[in-house]
Amino acid sequence: MKVRDIVDILKCQVLNEANMDEEVKTACGSDMMSDVLAFVKDQSVLLTGLMNPQVVRTAEMMDMHCIVFVRGKKVDPNVVALARQKEITVLESPYRMFTACGLLYSNGLRGGCDIK
Amino acid sequence: MSMLHLDYQVPGDDFTRAGEASGDVKHKLKKLGYEPDAIRRVSIAMYEGEINMVIHAGGGEAVVDIDPDRVDILLTDHGPGIKDVEQAMQAGWSTAPDNVRALGFGAGMGLPNMKKYTDEMEIDSVVGEGTKVRMVVYPGRKE
Repeated sequence: MKVRDIVDILKCQVLNEANMDEEVKTACGSDMMSDVLAFVKDQSVLLTGLMNPQVVRTAEMMDMHCIVFVRGKKVDPNVVALARQKEITVLESPYRMFTACGLLYSNGLRGGCDIK
Repeated sequence: MSMLHLDYQVPGDDFTRAGEASGDVKHKLKKLGYEPDAIRRVSIAMYEGEINMVIHAGGGEAVVDIDPDRVDILLTDHGPGIKDVEQAMQAGWSTAPDNVRALGFGAGMGLPNMKKYTDEMEIDSVVGEGTKVRMVVYPGRKE
């Protein structure tokens, strides 16, 4: 799917628009940035309920294209400003984490961590 | 002398600014045309180091030397030091307080992660004096 598809699926408000036509295949949902940095590989969407600028920095280091803030959290303007500078799309979804991940999964997005 | 020598002060009193130096290094490596895998490894390892310096040591200094065949990162702080480096290297082991966990860090993955993403890593720590972490990434070698 494309980043812009996430907007419809998760009923998002777009807070920063970077490349909405970027093709994304995998995502990661976590409130612990430590774990994102440790376990994520080649995921391009980050779903989180954590709200601070380190979410954007983590996404930047991991080459992610899009951050979805779940549970309808009001996004801090400083977070949006940093994402704008780093050219990362920022979305705000009213869904909770589990439902948001489930909706994206059922629409074809994967976790990128196959267990053998 | 390296091709590009960078020196950053990592402020210890502002958590929101942790990662500025790593972001700058990432940007410079991209401009210089390094391969994405090497850029990502350098940025994640250095970012984790910056976060550590802010959380545990009240900030510090990051010196980065960029050459075509290697990227050297030296992180120096004057914090409390690490009592047991071997223990600190274990995944999941952390001394970070709850307020740091609430910020999304302190899962005990920082040092193991730095080791995982770099080709060489050495920790030199003296309790009460501070910690030096030296890391090297060789572009071309895979994670």
